[in-house]
Amino acid sequence: MHPFNYHKPSTLAEAVALHQGAEDPAYLSGGHTLLPTMTQRLAAPSDLIDLEGLTELIGIAVDNGTLSIGAFTRHAEVAASTEVQSALPALAELAEGIGDAQVRNRGTIGGSLANSDPAADYPAAVLALNAVIHTDRRQIPADGYFRGLFETALEADEVITRVDFAIPSRAAYEKFPNPASRYATVGVMVADFNGTVRVGVTGAGPCACRADAFEAALSARFDPAALDDAELPAIDFNSDLHASAEYRVHLVRVMAQRATARLASL
Amino acid sequence: MNLTLTVNGAEHSLDVPANTLLVELLRTRLRLTGTHVGCDTSQCGACTVHLDGCAVKACTVLAAQAQGRSVTTIEGIGRPNGTRNGSPDDLHPMQAAFRDCHALQCGFCTPGMILRAMELVESGGTLDNRTVREGLEGNICRCAGYHNIVKAVLAAGDAMQEQSR
Amino acid sequence: MSTETGIGAAVKRREDLRFITGRGNYTDDLNVPGQTCGVFLRSPYARAKIGAIDATDALQVEGALAVFTGRDTATDGLGDLPCGWLVKSKDGSDMAAAPHPPLAVSQVNYVGEPYGLVVAESLAAAREAAELVAADFEELTPVVATAEAAEASPIHEGLKDNLAYDWELGDEAATDSALATAAHVTRLDLTNNRLIPNAMEPRAALATFDPASGNYELRTTSQNPHLERLVLSAFVRIAPEHKLRVVAPDVGGGFGSKIFVYAEETVVTWAAAKVGRPIKWTAERSEAFLADAHGRDHVTHAELGLDGAGRFTALKARTTANLGAYLSTFGSAVPTYLYGTLLAGQYKTPNIHVQTHGVYTNTAPVDAYRGAGRPEATFVVERIVEAAARETGRDPVELRRLNMIEPDDFPYETPVALVYDTGNYQASLDKALHLADYAGFKQRRAASETRGKRRGIGFSCYIEACGLAPSQLAIQLGAGVGLYESGEVRVNPTGSVTVFTGSHSHGQGHETTFAQVVSDKLGVPFDDVEVVHGDTGRVEFGLGTYGSRSLAVGGSALISASEKIIAKGTRIAAHMMQTEPTNVAFEEGAFISGNQRLTLQEVAFASYVPADYPPDLEPGLSEKAFYDPENFTYPAGAHIAEVEVDEATGVVQLVNFVAVDDFGHIINPMIVDGQVHGGLAQGAGQALLEHGIYDANGQLTTGSYMDYCMPRADDVPDFVVDTTVTPCTHNPLGVKGCGEAGAIGSPAAIINAVTDALGTEDIAMPATPEQVWRKLSGL
Repeated sequence: MHPFNYHKPSTLAEAVALHQGAEDPAYLSGGHTLLPTMTQRLAAPSDLIDLEGLTELIGIAVDNGTLSIGAFTRHAEVAASTEVQSALPALAELAEGIGDAQVRNRGTIGGSLANSDPAADYPAAVLALNAVIHTDRRQIPADGYFRGLFETALEADEVITRVDFAIPSRAAYEKFPNPASRYATVGVMVADFNGTVRVGVTGAGPCACRADAFEAALSARFDPAALDDAELPAIDFNSDLHASAEYRVHLVRVMAQRATARLASL
Repeated sequence: MNLTLTVNGAEHSLDVPANTLLVELLRTRLRLTGTHVGCDTSQCGACTVHLDGCAVKACTVLAAQAQGRSVTTIEGIGRPNGTRNGSPDDLHPMQAAFRDCHALQCGFCTPGMILRAMELVESGGTLDNRTVREGLEGNICRCAGYHNIVKAVLAAGDAMQEQSR
Repeated sequence: MSTETGIGAAVKRREDLRFITGRGNYTDDLNVPGQTCGVFLRSPYARAKIGAIDATDALQVEGALAVFTGRDTATDGLGDLPCGWLVKSKDGSDMAAAPHPPLAVSQVNYVGEPYGLVVAESLAAAREAAELVAADFEELTPVVATAEAAEASPIHEGLKDNLAYDWELGDEAATDSALATAAHVTRLDLTNNRLIPNAMEPRAALATFDPASGNYELRTTSQNPHLERLVLSAFVRIAPEHKLRVVAPDVGGGFGSKIFVYAEETVVTWAAAKVGRPIKWTAERSEAFLADAHGRDHVTHAELGLDGAGRFTALKARTTANLGAYLSTFGSAVPTYLYGTLLAGQYKTPNIHVQTHGVYTNTAPVDAYRGAGRPEATFVVERIVEAAARETGRDPVELRRLNMIEPDDFPYETPVALVYDTGNYQASLDKALHLADYAGFKQRRAASETRGKRRGIGFSCYIEACGLAPSQLAIQLGAGVGLYESGEVRVNPTGSVTVFTGSHSHGQGHETTFAQVVSDKLGVPFDDVEVVHGDTGRVEFGLGTYGSRSLAVGGSALISASEKIIAKGTRIAAHMMQTEPTNVAFEEGAFISGNQRLTLQEVAFASYVPADYPPDLEPGLSEKAFYDPENFTYPAGAHIAEVEVDEATGVVQLVNFVAVDDFGHIINPMIVDGQVHGGLAQGAGQALLEHGIYDANGQLTTGSYMDYCMPRADDVPDFVVDTTVTPCTHNPLGVKGCGEAGAIGSPAAIINAVTDALGTEDIAMPATPEQVWRKLSGL
């Protein structure tokens, strides 16, 4: 790992100022993407700004149909949170399925969303649950957040502070894990807001996206069979060692149908 | 940078470069070589230690992130306060179960496996074959085929519950 | 002898106490004063000419000490890394062995091949300096695919093609003629996927040189330190054997990958003298993926002839084996003598012919990996037998039974050069069928179908050969080393026993089982027996641990040495009891004559304090033995796999696995079960998960755990394991070898289950979800 300056600011303003003043800075959250990349000498930031000391980024709250999760909340905390489990069990389940236990003890929701790995789980939830990404300077609606491969609407020095999820009447997440890395080859969240259905898809393309035709079909008829012929999102499907684009196309439909079936059978 | 942390109950103040990983601090500075490095992608879990009681992969935590915190390694579990004499009586129930059930062969993954398994039991969820197997997803063993590891974790789960009663 | 610690007892392992408390001593855990760090420069290309290498900037890094390249090792006259088994082609010519310099000199031939070593005060400095070494490469077109390599232009200058050898075994004419007249011929094309061993401890080396004595010491992750010393001394010519000590301390798994003598420990040892400081090198996992010897990688066409009654009349196999860019230490022997000789399996097939083309490609060298040749042979035999049963409408179990060698057929000579000494294959099969509830399978299949799952069952009745032997025959066939093992039993003056073995334990538990054997034989308490291994400075000689040989060969050497102890002790005791040696019996640790009794401890003390002692006998009670087996041992067994296939996604779940194995007598059943479990997980990995893949440019695309799919706890079920016993007829313990059976039998059983579920033979290993989904979808 190349040398760097380590900072641990205690306020958000201080963190942003440090970022603005450094040559090639990076924010450090859970570190589970950044640190391995640095260990393999594939990244060499001049300054690491550790966000763990920022109290603004902590906390889980349910208020008026919204579940708010602080950006520094670790996956294990989301999974174990009784608030999340009762308000949005699908999100607790999604968090429980991220990486492995040790990863969940470190990784944070803010870090995951800022990184926007195409195979991360949270992005599917952000889209399906019509989340709002709060940052140190603005609020970004889910639909405008994901821009491309590891690319988001965030500015370089912008810090996610919390994520507000709309609480649906019901939701489910189905994931087909990469057998080696256990990341999502495909992950689909289906969320039903009193008959208006949103479907968030991760793993399939360069970044998470919504499946418009699936949403329309399920909003019309909440039945797995409604997706049999529904059109897939118009994205460039990923193709890798473990799943060709063709297979992913198939898996998106199967995962969406399984999520729907789980909810329909309740 | 100056760093103060507690490792296996003992407080350490050290001057380390900022780019020191926790696992490097443990292995090369503190000579606690029971924590192993088996990969470079945070997958294998051989470097698992407890950071304030949570299982973490020490290859993916900066030493700096352990500032003011408490780290427990394989050398720091067992009774009383570590396995000072190497006697089977000093073992933590998880260590004892790994031995009793032949849950290790080459021993390289074992420290990480034991520390994660302890957290799994201590977290208090349902323990059965399936939950133990899923709970050990982040620890790769190449020798034992997992069969006896699962057996050991279930046995230790019973022993640890018995002990806490 | 106490049944709690003797032969057959499930004694808890004494090595565990250090491992579970974090006090093991693996190579990377060791540190010596003045130690420096080494980092290897590795080829980014699969095939390229090496141009200028400029280390100027690298040496400017603070703490950088030296940069060595292949030109330096060549200038110093370092010899090539040898291949230890000279295989001859069917025309009688020697295999075409490409020179394998420890550091590439003029050309690199696989991604990750080392061409230089950077030494620095710290690992960080060494890494930084390594990044600053500027090397020019002229890229050449690589040869990657196994099946196409023989026809491609040669990757090595001076060789006429990429064919290292064209080897055969068996009677081709008789086999062809039997196939021509067979009532039915089953034909199958099979791929045995490339595997990457992945012992959890990456390879490492810590070398020191003492200029005062001229002695080198190498501590390294080796399964056979004496072979390491022999090669570094006799072939690489670093130092003569008496000036070179090789220690393999605690080693974190091997599975074959740590048998071989690699470039890294070779160069580090040489360089320790050049820089005048100890050097430590530890592989990162990504280096291990690139530069550990890989396993398997065969492409085979096989044909099995049957007569009208279903009896096998002939088996023919045409195999292309990828040997990688260079012949690794035993790479040439694996797809020939360890493969072709096993193609009879458990059956009385009268005509067998096998041809193996060993080919060079621009990939990492391929060598022995758990099973080494026998999993490949079992896969051919057991896949084609299963396919033949399906094609001819026979029950796969009954077809096997019909063709099996019967218990009274032993010793049984196969058409492919082996003589099986003993076995009872039907007994293992019967037990396995019972444990697997074969009769209930149809009901389970129906139950699976109601859940959208297809269920399949698959069988594999494997045989393997362990404890490669005897030396003289193996050497005639091209082996460069003997295949015996050494053992020394030293009864100390107060009666405790120190045992020295040339076998090496890296997870097998020899410190426990070998102590059980000697304690049982000599009647001394288990806790009074210490086992020493893995150190050329302490153990006289040894050939190490591979091929499930340790107990059958190394354990037998300890029996021989113990018998010499008893013989000498008998003479001493007779003298002390004033009788003839023929009147003295040795029972449960004591020499007995009439009502006189002397313990081994008393006799040992007398031997070291020879007051009342035979005048014509040397003092002391320490004996050595070299045991050279007269034949292989032949473990065999029946494995039954059951899988469920998710029709919507193609995911295959291994839901049940039964293994019934015949390992002969068992010293420690707990350890034997563990060995089987581990082998089964690796076999399940090969069948369903693991695949080392190079792209067309020769880049390893599965170079980390993000892409190379290691079996994890939730990928495998609990295993049902049991044994039957026919003792080996020619070693004193009646033991066979259990280390590899799990990995040998299981891939065929699992793929047979998958093909059963899918109703097609056309499934390649590993049976990945996408591949299975494509079959299910008719794509």
